[in-house]
Amino acid sequence: MTGPLLLGVSNALFCLGVYGLLTRRHAIGLLLSVELMLNAAALNFVIFGRAYGDAQAQAFTLFIIALAACEAVVGLAIVVQLVRSANTILADQVDLLKG
Amino acid sequence: MTFGPLATAFLLLLGALVIAGAAWVVILPNLFRAALSLGLVLFGVAGLFILLEAEFLAFVQILIYVGAILTLVVFAIMLTTQPQGTPGVPASRQRLPAALVSGGLFLLLTAATRPLWPQPSIFAPVSLATLGQQMVTTLVLPFEIVSIVFVASVVGAIVLATAKRRPGA
Repeated sequence: MTGPLLLGVSNALFCLGVYGLLTRRHAIGLLLSVELMLNAAALNFVIFGRAYGDAQAQAFTLFIIALAACEAVVGLAIVVQLVRSANTILADQVDLLKG
Repeated sequence: MTFGPLATAFLLLLGALVIAGAAWVVILPNLFRAALSLGLVLFGVAGLFILLEAEFLAFVQILIYVGAILTLVVFAIMLTTQPQGTPGVPASRQRLPAALVSGGLFLLLTAATRPLWPQPSIFAPVSLATLGQQMVTTLVLPFEIVSIVFVASVVGAIVLATAKRRPGA
């Protein structure tokens, strides 16, 4: 019972991240939703690593955390530069390429 | 794995904390509160790691995710708040289609991952020594590549953040 419950928490976390990614207009709000999805994936790796006794799955979680840090750094630099040049923080108002 | 009654209680508590925090992250219109809710989610996930006997990962999660990434996000929110907000603009759009999509995805993921759970789990928890061995034997190539990715992302972020604004751009 606790196994599927843990998986349910991980799945719900991922789906809430997807909801935030589809709904949020603020650029940093999108980044927060992506962080939720990454955490859900890391939790999934740890759950299955514990269930099958696999060390490689839990070592891979370290890479997920490291790459989430890199992605947050570059993403926030882009957002700061975007606010400077487009003068808006809402992602759907940056539509210069729209036909 | 078999959880005793106390561990099951902690599991339910941490699971509720994680889901509630994640719901706040995606719903709250005030972005600073959404970032603090993300901190709550990260602590809850670290608690779940401890429950799954992956203590080193829990400490790494708190150190790096809460200590570095969340701090960076809060800095970026402080740097990019606009002094005057437009009051009539909604904070989120297309909520119902997004809710349908994420609900459908949840059902799909649950149906796909339910048969994968082994019954029962008789394996020992993953030890720190085994984790370290994996890092230097099987996963040594991703380890080195992540170092290159770190350097590239730091250099790229510095270049992006210090780029001069072109006049008239």
